[in-house]
Amino acid sequence: MTYLDHAATTPVLPEVLSAMTEQWARVGNASSLHASGRAARRDAEQSRERLAEALGARPSEVLFTGGGTESDNLAVKGLFWARREADSRRRRLVVSPAEHHAVLDSAEWLAKHEGAEVTWLHLEPTGRVTPEALADALGDGSDVAMASVMWANNEIGTVSDVAALADVAHAVGVPLHTDAVQAVGQVPVDFSASGVDALTMTGHKLGGPMGAGALLLRRDAECTPLLHGGGQERDVRSGTLDVPAIVGLAVAATTAVASRVERAARLAALRDRLVAGVLEQVPDAQLNGAPLDDVLAGGPGRLPGNAHLSFPGAEGDALLMLLDARGIECSTGSACSAGVARPSHVLTAVGAEADRARSSLRFSLGSTSTDADVDALLAVIAPVVERARRAGRGR
Amino acid sequence: MRVLAAMSGGVDSAVAAALAVDAGHDVTGVHLALSPDRQTLRSGARGCCSVEDAHDARRVADELGIPFYVWDLAERFTEDVVDDFVAEYAAGRTPNPCLRCNEKIKFTAVLDRALALGFDAVVTGHHARLADGELRRSVDAAKDQSYVLGVLTAEQLAGARFPLGSMTKERVRAIAAERGFAVATKPDSHDICFIPDGDTRGFLTRRLGAQPGPVVDAATGATVGTHEGTHGFTVGQRRGLGIAVGDQRPRYVLSIEPVTRTVTVGTAELTGVARVRTAPPTWTGPVPELPLRAQVQLRAHSAAVACTVTAGADGGLVVDLDEAQRGVAPGQSAVLYAPDRARGDLVLGQGTVAG
Repeated sequence: MTYLDHAATTPVLPEVLSAMTEQWARVGNASSLHASGRAARRDAEQSRERLAEALGARPSEVLFTGGGTESDNLAVKGLFWARREADSRRRRLVVSPAEHHAVLDSAEWLAKHEGAEVTWLHLEPTGRVTPEALADALGDGSDVAMASVMWANNEIGTVSDVAALADVAHAVGVPLHTDAVQAVGQVPVDFSASGVDALTMTGHKLGGPMGAGALLLRRDAECTPLLHGGGQERDVRSGTLDVPAIVGLAVAATTAVASRVERAARLAALRDRLVAGVLEQVPDAQLNGAPLDDVLAGGPGRLPGNAHLSFPGAEGDALLMLLDARGIECSTGSACSAGVARPSHVLTAVGAEADRARSSLRFSLGSTSTDADVDALLAVIAPVVERARRAGRGR
Repeated sequence: MRVLAAMSGGVDSAVAAALAVDAGHDVTGVHLALSPDRQTLRSGARGCCSVEDAHDARRVADELGIPFYVWDLAERFTEDVVDDFVAEYAAGRTPNPCLRCNEKIKFTAVLDRALALGFDAVVTGHHARLADGELRRSVDAAKDQSYVLGVLTAEQLAGARFPLGSMTKERVRAIAAERGFAVATKPDSHDICFIPDGDTRGFLTRRLGAQPGPVVDAATGATVGTHEGTHGFTVGQRRGLGIAVGDQRPRYVLSIEPVTRTVTVGTAELTGVARVRTAPPTWTGPVPELPLRAQVQLRAHSAAVACTVTAGADGGLVVDLDEAQRGVAPGQSAVLYAPDRARGDLVLGQGTVAG
């Protein structure tokens, strides 16, 4: 099996597995007052401190959640509600059209049910949001509840200069949320230095467990809760702390961040070979997103493990199926839960024509990726594309 | 052999896929998303491509350990089946959308794509026998679906596999239960999948709008009522005519004339049709020599009747029925069979009833 879908999820790290297994063998609710509860609370709080340190945040800025989707919903809806409550003119959301559906659909839900108005940001052809585009969309900011721009795009891997965007937002008094689910552990992420008000991260993209994530939320950011109850997590996210998951999340994040530089260099080299090999075998394939060697504010302008390519004339789902049949696992980028392949909304948002958006595949590398994985793909990609093109012409 | 199993989420296609796996084939499951506006949950026992149905299909595929994908054919289905259905009614005819779906979607769009992707055949859960290129009725007469497959050509049949034709529906459910498939007791789907509430007249009125016209009695020429659109009627229909006639005898729809929006009705003795003309036919195998003695089935759930088939004008067929039939509606298929009690009646081909 050749697994080239690490951006969907990546294997749990051995140290995460052992730390979580140890936790699961214990009893203790972190809210209980007795010794078992205190021990659980200590482990959860140690994890909070470690996660905060790895991401340049203060421990009190870490809110544990059930994952990236929950963190995105909490940031978009929670900031919108709190800011509108403080000033009823603030009903505008400024959002990149290339966001994950957790952000897009939250914004559209607020527009449909809560009287919000969404302003979609202009994107560079690479998918990047520039400070100028954000400034244009914000105007004087007086009617804006919040803005959301992802740190790195999950499909095409483009990184935006979040720190510069935060400056622009703050200049007109608007809080900025960033979905950093794909960025943490791949590119340098420092919450405090970036200046953003809220940051989404999740465990299972960096070797941690599924169903565990966090929203980093500045102490001065007002956020209306989605979940009410026991008042955990600054009263913003009630619910019994999932201590094994929190411990696993912190171990994964600290490990991924500590090993980032070395891993990023290794993955970028593998990824470059993958892209060069595919383009050699299928000369009319097109690389989507930023150039492989793109540099932004001194760091990488593209996720090191991301290769996103279009194969004009072929359907993405046919390519995926043919590769799957040959033991190669990748993604069309945006499968919805119903399993129907749709043209990538990210490529559509950057102005790609329908054929390019429908014919794309995402290959994403991670900690377990090797040269053999790249070789396996390169051994079959040409005939697979050829066959998918033949099938595509029949439609 | 590499086969593609079309899996609707129902019990028939689940068992068909399982039998294909048992037969040693390399099976891939595919669910067809046919509605542009897929519902999350099934409404009632009807419909066939809600997200819930896709889930049911995926559950079976995962249990069988076969790859499973959803193919979005909503655009093709809307154009080739739904729009055609509406246009046929608007023209005063009575189409069969299941037949059209088999012809245009399952055994054209899906089969062509499957073959291009390297599959050898498409497996479905249809109740019909298919061996040596010969399409025959299912052993389960009540569930037989050979009528809606009668439009397939020899080339299409060469790429089709129907593993369920030699077993009863009861046996299919028993196999599903033995294997622990959750769909073993799932109700059969009925009627038309894109009209989940079963209200065909309401669906057509929404699509075509109200188009009022007269209901005329054939014997007297008198207008005996009005209607809100000819699409609400089918030839042979007795109920829901909304007419008042003095003699109290039942009336049946005899003909529908869309231009003047006239629905003509008459008493039972006027309803019999002894000669049916069709559009140019399709054949499941070699073109038979005419004239031909055969049986013809004139709608999905009627008995076949003995007939003599000769060549008509414009390449169509003339089917002379031994006994006149009621309710021969233009737009339906006249499917021709060669009776064969032992092996199952052989489907020869079909022509669309002209009108």
